[in-house]
Parts: sequence; structure tokens; C-alpha cells
Amino acid sequence: MFKNIKKILSLLAVASLVFVYSCDQMAGKKNQKKGASKTVDATKKSGFVKCGVSQGLPGFSNADASGNWTGVDVDICRAVAAAVLGDADKVKYTPLSAKERFTALTSGEIDVLSRNTTWTLSRDADIGLTFVGVNFYDGQGFMVRKNSGINSVDDFQNGISACTNIGTTTELNMRDFFNSRNISYEPVAFEKADEVVAAYDAGRCDTYTTDKSGLAAQRTKMSNPDEHMVLPETISKEPLGPVVRQGDSVWEDIVRWSLNVMIEAEEYGVDSQNADMMKSSDNPAIKRLVGAEGELGAAFGLDNEWSLRIIKQVGNYGESYKRNIADTGILPDRGPNELWTKGGILYVPPAR
Amino acid sequence: MKLKKILPQVITLLVVILIFSFFSLNAQINMATRGIDFGYGFLTQESSFDVQFSLIEYSGSDSYARAYLVGLLNTLLVSILGIIFCTILGVIVGIARLSPNYLIRTTAAWYVEFFRNIPLLLQIFFWYYAALRALPLPQEAEPMLGTFYLTIKGFYTPSLVWINLDIFIYSTIAAIVGIVFVRLYAKKLRENQGKHIPVLNISITILFILPLLTFFIGGVNVTYELPILKQLAKTSFIFEGGLSIPPELLSLVIALSLYTATFIAECVRAGIEGISKGQREAAASIGLNRKQILNLIIMPQALRIIIPPATNQYLNLTKNSSLAAAIAYPDLVLVFAGTALMQTGKAIEIVSITMLTYLTLSLLISLLMNWYNARIAIVEK
Repeated sequence: MFKNIKKILSLLAVASLVFVYSCDQMAGKKNQKKGASKTVDATKKSGFVKCGVSQGLPGFSNADASGNWTGVDVDICRAVAAAVLGDADKVKYTPLSAKERFTALTSGEIDVLSRNTTWTLSRDADIGLTFVGVNFYDGQGFMVRKNSGINSVDDFQNGISACTNIGTTTELNMRDFFNSRNISYEPVAFEKADEVVAAYDAGRCDTYTTDKSGLAAQRTKMSNPDEHMVLPETISKEPLGPVVRQGDSVWEDIVRWSLNVMIEAEEYGVDSQNADMMKSSDNPAIKRLVGAEGELGAAFGLDNEWSLRIIKQVGNYGESYKRNIADTGILPDRGPNELWTKGGILYVPPAR
Repeated sequence: MKLKKILPQVITLLVVILIFSFFSLNAQINMATRGIDFGYGFLTQESSFDVQFSLIEYSGSDSYARAYLVGLLNTLLVSILGIIFCTILGVIVGIARLSPNYLIRTTAAWYVEFFRNIPLLLQIFFWYYAALRALPLPQEAEPMLGTFYLTIKGFYTPSLVWINLDIFIYSTIAAIVGIVFVRLYAKKLRENQGKHIPVLNISITILFILPLLTFFIGGVNVTYELPILKQLAKTSFIFEGGLSIPPELLSLVIALSLYTATFIAECVRAGIEGISKGQREAAASIGLNRKQILNLIIMPQALRIIIPPATNQYLNLTKNSSLAAAIAYPDLVLVFAGTALMQTGKAIEIVSITMLTYLTLSLLISLLMNWYNARIAIVEK
């Protein structure tokens, strides 16, 4: 009997030792993290950028039949991969629902969230996230059937049913909008965008509301796209942009400047075709942009050709927009997403 | 010797505590390094989102705690409705499977095999998307029995408008109390004098007569409100007034009931088949008729076999109701573990509350069914 007790006691001792040791380890880890960029190291080690995208939004992030992802949000992931790993194709995409996206980022399942996500104060400040910029200026709108006789949001009446996604700013804006106009409405909120489209298409709802770019993209999925139209009004500001985890400022800077470089390249007329020639440009700003002058990459611990790789492999912002959004017929007009020099509001800090 | 008995239990307890504290410490450290706060303070904050369908008064200016309650009540509603319908259907199909009639027996068997073997989520999608698409728009809907409208936007029925409803409710309660007394008296009569009185008929009479009387002498009155078609825009209509049941609730209850009824049917069949043929023959030999055999001999024994597995099915139904999120029925998962989680970002807090809620619901159902099972169990004398 005593033998048994001894055995059990020693087992217990070992268990508590393991426990204390692992607690110690975790505490140690906490201290280590304050040094260089853990995310960059992990990315280089695994050989790909872990990027969270949507479950399929044409123009922003959408996979074709053979699993190739395209879209302006996808191009952010590709730009980061080009900068850090030297190859834009080295991205591992994780499709996420609106509900899953932030948890996936804070838990470390992905390192960049580039999934038509609206930058808001509470998201930026509250949940361990940092928004690094805006790659698409959007606003919430409404889609209705053309034959419904609704031509403006002023035609909405009490009892209207509106289909939308759960877990988005859309749900909150919709409430603000209808409340401010004293209209009672029936919100029908689904978890996935495809389910919303199917229900609206079936006639469950009078209107479908989400970001206008989303409406334009989803309209292409309807059984008869010509029967539907997007109302002219925009009821909210929706600046969409990539997000990173809080606490790794080097990684944050890399993602921010990967986006900024694409926009700045368009501003200076540098594109994927002429990037190499631009190395001998007379303009020092262009030379800096393509890595022929200065030491811009060193600040993030990258080589000097990081921005050149982005421009060559992914293209500048204008090319990305044209390829994914304009040429696919989603939103041919760039609207606010035009450069500040051409009447839009795209304005980024200088890369110098 | 006492030590030998206690020690393993103490050690198990310690190991469990160690494991739990390890995980919670792990979570704490990881959350701290990632800058995530932990706390339940958000429950009192304004939720600022609306919910499609709610049993209590709710709007976006209420708190997250109230949104939780809305979700919980919607989950309870769909579970209770599902349990009622699947029990009724399950018992009928279970008995039908033992019918001497070939057609009834085979139809019941096909029903069970078909609905039991298709994933529930697919069935929910079918009833929502396929069945929904087949329904007419409100302006094209033909009234059923003149007053009911089944449309793509919901099922509309007249609603009742009561005057002096409280008196009616009291009279119904009084009728139920009266029935309990009649049953007790009938039992006494049967055990002491061997006399049978038609308890069922008397019960039904009391249940109808007493509340009916309140209409004549209690000042109770009831009128109804019909759903009326209202135009929102040129081709967009809804019904106003009356009672409206959203199609999400309708398709969820149909899918859950049809699916779970197959399992209940099998429980019922197993229960009845579990009673040996000899019992039936013995009962017949002492002169009981068919109805008496079923009510007095077969069912009391069969229920002992039916209740425990049926309890499991009720638990399954309750947990399966969380699939509601796929078709926009605002249950606990959609409202609280969906929208509220997203707006607050409090994943650990909200998921733990949701898990605890389902656990509590399941334990409550188990408790209730175990109590019922203990009550009907044969007491050895």
C-alpha cells in the first residue's frame, strides 16, 4: 500500500514541476516579445505570409475555380509577401467570415487581415488591433429591385425588411439610419454573404444593405443582375483597409508602407512595366521609390529593393484597381478612390 | 485503508485544478501580450443593433444583457416548439411503424430512413431556401380559410384581442385544479371499489365549460384582428396587423421537428416492442380491451424504455437549434455569440457565457426528464 502512495506522490510532484516550469516559460515568452519583430521572423521561417481574406467578394478577395485569389485586398497580401519574402505568390490565404476575422488575427492564426474591414475607433482601440491605412473608401448603400418603384431612400416606408450580414458596421449604421428617419424596419441578418444574397434574391427582403462596393460586387451573383439597382444615397463612411495585431510595430510599418508604396507609385507614374527603367529616373522621389537611392528598406530590416518588388510583382494601386474592380465591371468609376492629384482623396505620406 | 480510498480522489481533483489553472493562466498571458482586455462590463453597455424577432420588448438602445435575453428566449421558443411537434409526430410515426397495415407501416419506415439520414443543416437550408422560394410574395398570396396568409415574408394569422383576459386565465387555472381533483377521486374509486368513471371525458368537459362560462358571466370577450395587406412601394408589400411568424422560425421548427421526430419514432417503437407478447396476451386473457391493454399494460412499461433515449433527443434538438444562425433566425448563437461578439470583440467572455447557457439548458431538460422518468418508473412493492 505504501508503495502505491509513494508512486502517486512522486507523480504528483512531477506534475507540479511541469506546471511551474511551463508557467515560467510563458512568463519568459512575454518578456522576449518586446524586442525585434516576431511576426517578420515567423513569416520568414514559415516562408509565407498568413493573410485573412473574405469568403468571396468579387473585386476585393475572390478565389477562382482553381483556387487562385484575386482582388484589391488580395493585392495587399501579395505586396507584403513581395516585400518580406521576395515573392508575391508566397501567401497563405484564410477565408474568414465577418464574425471570425478579428479573433483569427488576435489569436495569431493570420498576421494580416485584408478583408474589406471598416476602420472604426472602437475596433482600432478596443480589441487588440491596429488599422494601418485605407485601401478603399467606401460607404453603405441599399440595393432594391428596379421594378419596386423605390428610387431613393426617401421612398422607404414603415415595415420594410432589410437583409444584411451580422457582425458588421452595416448592422449599426442601418439602425442609425432608420431610427433617424423614424422608420420601423425588419432586420434579417445572416452569417454569410452568400446566404444574404440568396435570401434577398428569393424575395425575402425588400432591400439589401452593405458597403456599396459590396453591393456592386454581389449584384453580379444575382440570378438576374439587371433586375436590381443600387440607390444613389450613401448613409455612412466606410474606410476599408488592412489590419494587423497590436504590439508588433515593425510588422505594422511593413504592411502600412506596402500599401502606401502602391499608391505613391501610381502618383509618380511608376508601374509594373516601367519600374526597372525608373531606376535611372531624374526624379529623386522616384529613385527612392524603386530603391535606387536611399536606404528606405533598412528601417524595417528589409533590403532596398522591397518596394521595387511590390511594384513589379503586384503593380501600383491604379493597376490593381483597374485589374480587379474596373475591368470586372464592378465599379468602373473610381470616385473617391482616385489620387488626390486627380480629384479623389487618395493621399499618402511620402516614402522618404 | 481510508487513506487508500480518499487519496486517488484527492489526486484527481488536484490534477483537474492544475489543468484548469494551466489553461486559464495560458489564456491570461496570451491575452495580456496581445492587448486584449478581459471583463464582463460590456453587458451593461448599449448594444446599438436591432433584432428581427423578439419575445420581449427590445431595441438597440437596450443593453447587451438584454440582447442576450432576447437570444435565449428565441432559442427556448424554437426548442419548446420543436420538442412539442417532434414528440407528437414521433409518437404517431413510431406507432405507425408497428401498424398491421402494410402501407402505413412502410410509409412510416421510409419517412424515418429518409429524414434521419440527411444532415440537419441541409434540411434547414432546404426548408428555408427551397421551400421559401416556392412561396408567393405577399401581394400574390391566396388566403387560406379566408384569413391565413403563407408568404415568403412570413406566415400571417389573425391575432386575438382579449377583454378581461385575466378572468379567463384564472378560470382555466381553476379548471385544471378541478381536473386534478377529479383524477385523484377517480383513482381512489378505482383502487377502493374497482369502479371506473370516464375521467377523460369529464376532464375535457370541465376544461371547456368553465372558461366558456366566463364569456357569459365574467365579462370576458374576444375579438380578432385580421392581417391587412399594405403597400410599401410599387411592387413591395407586407401584411400589417394580426400575428406574423417569420419564415426563419417556421422553417427551423419544421426542419428540427421532422429530423428529431425520426429518432423519437424509433424510441417509441423500441419501447413498445420491448414489452413481451405475453403481457398483451395475459392482459387480454383477464378481459381487458385493446385500449385498456395499451393504456394500462403496455404504455406504462414502454415509457420506461422510451423516456431516457427520448431525453437525449430533446437535448440534441435544443443544441441543434443553434444551426439557426445559418438562416438568420435570431437565436442565442446569432444574436449573442454572433452580432454581440463581433461588436464587442469579447470572444472568451461571450463564448463562455453561451456555452454555460447551453449546458444549463441541457441539464435542466435532463433534470426534468429524469424526474418524470422516476415518477413513472415501476415501484417495486
